[in-house]
Amino acid sequence: MDLGPHASFILTAYAAVIGVLAALIAWLVFDGKRQAAALAALESKGVKRRSDQPSPGM
Amino acid sequence: MELSGWLMPVFAAAATVLIGYAMFLVWFVAPPDYQQGQTVKIMYVHVPAAWLAMMGYGIVAVSSFGLLVFRHPLADVSAKAAAPIGAAFTLLALITGSLWGKPMWGTYWQWDARMTSVLVLLFLYMGLIALRSSIEDESAAAKLTAILGLTGVALLPVIKFSVNWWNTLHQPSTGFTQTVDPSMRWPLLISAFGFTMLFLAMHLKGMRTEILRRRVKSLTIAAAERANSRSA
Repeated sequence: MDLGPHASFILTAYAAVIGVLAALIAWLVFDGKRQAAALAALESKGVKRRSDQPSPGM
Repeated sequence: MELSGWLMPVFAAAATVLIGYAMFLVWFVAPPDYQQGQTVKIMYVHVPAAWLAMMGYGIVAVSSFGLLVFRHPLADVSAKAAAPIGAAFTLLALITGSLWGKPMWGTYWQWDARMTSVLVLLFLYMGLIALRSSIEDESAAAKLTAILGLTGVALLPVIKFSVNWWNTLHQPSTGFTQTVDPSMRWPLLISAFGFTMLFLAMHLKGMRTEILRRRVKSLTIAAAERANSRSA
C-alpha cells in the first residue's frame, strides 16, 4: 500500500494510538490483578470487615 | 459488580470487532481524500480520540454531580476510574492532531482556541488525578476532586464551540451527513463507536479495580485494628 509522502506521520499516529492504549490496558489489567491478589491474601488470613463480623450480642 | 462483570466482556468484544472492522475499512477500502490524500487515515483515530476526551470528562462531571448532590457511593468510583482513561484519549487527540497538522497545515502546533482548550483539558485531567492522590483522606479527596471536576465542565462548551467563536486554524465541525462521503463516513463512525465501546470496557474495569482497592483498604484497617486489640 502506498501511503504517499506523509507515510511516516500516518504510521507514527497509529503507533502512538496502539502504544498509549496498550499501556493503559496493561496498567488496568495489572492493577486489577494486584488488587484481587491483595484481597485474596487478606481474606485467606480470615480478616473480615467490621460490617461482615457478627455483632457482639449474637 | 455482577452487572459490570457481565457487561465488561460484552463491551470489550464489541470494541474488538468494531475497531477491527473499522481498521479493515480504513486500510483496505476507504479512498484517499482529494485534498489530504492518505493523511486522512489519521482522522479515523483522531476524531474518536477527541470525542472520547470530551465524553470522558462528561463522565467525570456527571459522576462528580452524583457524588456531591446524591452522595451515590459509585459516583466517586466512576469519576476516579474515568479520569486516567479520559486523559489518555486527550493525549492521543493532541498527538494525532499534531501529526496530522504538520503535513496539512505546515506546523505541529498552533496556539489556537481549539488546540489550546484541549491542552487545558489534558491539564485538568492531570490536575484531578494529582489532587486526588495528594489527599490521604478518601472522603475529602472525593469531595474536592468532585468540586474541581464539576467546575471544569465549563471547559467542554469552550472546546466544542471554540471553532465557531474564534478564528482558529482548526477547521469548524464537520457536518457528517452532508459533507463526508459515505466511503469515509462509515469507517469513521464505526471507529468512533468501537473506541467508545473500548472506553466503556476500560471504565468498567477501572471501576471494578477501584472497588477491590477500597475493600483491600478496609480489610487492611480491620486487620490492623484486630492486631491492636490483641496486643492491648
